[in-house]
Amino acid sequence: MFPLAEKDKSIARLLFSTGTCPRCIFRFCGVDFHAPYRLPYKDLLRELENFLKTEDDDLSLEAAKPPLKKIRLQDEETQIDDQSQNGGEMIAIVKDENVIPEKPYLNACNICLGILQEFCEKKFIKKVCQKVESSGYEFTNLVFSVSFPPQLSVREHAAWLLVKQEMGKQGLSLGRDDIVQLKEAYKWISHPLFSEELGVPVDGKSLFEVSVIFAHPETDEDCHFLSTSCPDCFKPAKNKQSVFTRMAVVKALDKIKDDDFRKKFPCPPNLPKAFCSAVEIQCAHGAVFVAGRYNKYSRNLPQTPWIIDGERKLESSVEELISSQLLTVFKAESFNFSSSGREDVDVRTLGNGRPFAVELVNPRRVQFTSQDIKELQQKINISSDKIQVRDLQLVTREAIGHMKEGEEEKTKTYSALVWTDKAIQKKDIEFLDDLKDLQINQKTPLRVLHRRPLAIRVRIIHTMETHYIDEHHFRLHLKTQAGTYIKEFVHGDFGRTKPNIGSLMNGTADILELDVESVDVDWPPALDN
Amino acid sequence: SLRARARERASQDISVSWFPANKHVKGKPCEDHCILQHSNRICVITLAESHPLLQNGKTIKSINYQISANCSRLQNKVSGKFKRGAQFLTELAPLCRISCSDGEEYTVSSCVRGRLMEVNENILDKPSILQEKPSTEGYIAVVLPKFEESKSITEGLLTQKEYEEIVVKRVNNRPETS
Repeated sequence: MFPLAEKDKSIARLLFSTGTCPRCIFRFCGVDFHAPYRLPYKDLLRELENFLKTEDDDLSLEAAKPPLKKIRLQDEETQIDDQSQNGGEMIAIVKDENVIPEKPYLNACNICLGILQEFCEKKFIKKVCQKVESSGYEFTNLVFSVSFPPQLSVREHAAWLLVKQEMGKQGLSLGRDDIVQLKEAYKWISHPLFSEELGVPVDGKSLFEVSVIFAHPETDEDCHFLSTSCPDCFKPAKNKQSVFTRMAVVKALDKIKDDDFRKKFPCPPNLPKAFCSAVEIQCAHGAVFVAGRYNKYSRNLPQTPWIIDGERKLESSVEELISSQLLTVFKAESFNFSSSGREDVDVRTLGNGRPFAVELVNPRRVQFTSQDIKELQQKINISSDKIQVRDLQLVTREAIGHMKEGEEEKTKTYSALVWTDKAIQKKDIEFLDDLKDLQINQKTPLRVLHRRPLAIRVRIIHTMETHYIDEHHFRLHLKTQAGTYIKEFVHGDFGRTKPNIGSLMNGTADILELDVESVDVDWPPALDN
Repeated sequence: SLRARARERASQDISVSWFPANKHVKGKPCEDHCILQHSNRICVITLAESHPLLQNGKTIKSINYQISANCSRLQNKVSGKFKRGAQFLTELAPLCRISCSDGEEYTVSSCVRGRLMEVNENILDKPSILQEKPSTEGYIAVVLPKFEESKSITEGLLTQKEYEEIVVKRVNNRPETS
């Protein structure tokens, strides 16, 4: 059923005569249900022409058709294949004096520049879907995002003023909200086509995004007059190439007075020479997160790659050993590794291990069963004896917060091998076992002072347990507040951590070995490994 | 042994250089300093073994970080990761003046160019620490050289070998004491 009624005729006729396409005419007549927009363009054009026809109307209809550019007659008919490729030229065969369009839908709409003409039809959508399929992403739904050139808003505004004026003559008003938005209509048409072609639903919450960017360089300068009328809307931003962003343009259009606008921009908007073009068709998948706990068994392994002046100082790293496998299996572009605190190169992580999370950026594979993840965990564990992982699982972005919470709040336990300069007996170290919640003051250790602010940190050593080895050695187990520098607590860091084991024993102590025994964070959830 | 390995690892991180007495503007004989530099470029300024203050019989009366009417090293305030607000030091900038019970006074110099991070306040309360543990708890100051100067900072200083040679020379040149 054709959606326009008698009351819409004058507006439809007016817009059609300026070169507006049927779907944009629907929008300005307030047609707000999907079905009419989804009919083929050819049919819509035909029905519209019929609708606008009156008894002796053939002549006047010709007159009402938008003027086409006359071009020299050529020997052969010039075939226009895929106009959408590069904003094809609008040509017509000229016969006699009258201009008869060979293909009526050659004209790019003066409002949407072609967006609601062929860019929402099957052929174009299929082209996009081909690109999506060849990109190799795994997805069960998608979100479609489309970006229009800012000057479309200007043309829309001009058309609105025109129609508003015409309706005013009839004593009717037309608010901005009475017009169907271009993007909305575009999505009404394109979403079902995408679903049909790709076999998955369109869902606003989907992590898989298909994006198309349209451009129309020919009319880019259409927006520029706004900067003189509303200069404060257009502040030059460092990163952006052009100061005329869609948001800035929309803001300025909101502000500008109707009279000022009409002085600077034609109402109705003029006919473009060419259609706009799709300059970018891209797909990307939102990040997925894999969490777990790692043990570190090497005393020669940094957390992150250790590279100075382009030279790698130590082979591999905790993050690479865990993440590189994930990167491959998820077919991701890159990864971000984070953990609940970290240990030095020469410190082992024992016990249940330290919680970590890997963000996999733009992954192409996302469907994994818990069996798949278990196998992935085994794969990582077989690949290296320096680290081992457990409780490997997919988690949400929100869950990462638990991990970072642990870094600042939760306790850790350690085991240190301590050397003393003075000869000691068992009884000389027993007193340490009785110290509960010992408060220490730690100035920023010298070994990290180059990259941390100079400050004094107050920390608590909750409990200690000593095991005598010989006259110059004992093992010290401690449970401390998060953020305590253990090595400095043992050797004193030039006396800048007070008290320290040396000072407590009235001598000098040094740390020979350190192990993390536990990181007391109960995340991620333990699995049946 | 584990201890030896630990020391070796520590020594990989820390290099030691000497700032000899003859570099001072009005240097008294033997006022040598010893600079410990971490691989992260941070320098700890300490007295060398040969310094008069570390010889037998010397008693420190007081240590004063007020090096001029307008400047006290204790007023040094450093903020943020980039250590803004620090007092800038040149090689001969005085860090503190130390007075002894025998009336002698010694000035400790920075020895390296850079930003002053901190001076050791522990030795104010207990000056004997300076003499008991000159290379650890008895340090004088911590200085952060400019990144571009991290390596060159020690080029003008002496290696352990060069330092020992100078000390030997001094002993040989010294007239015999009765």
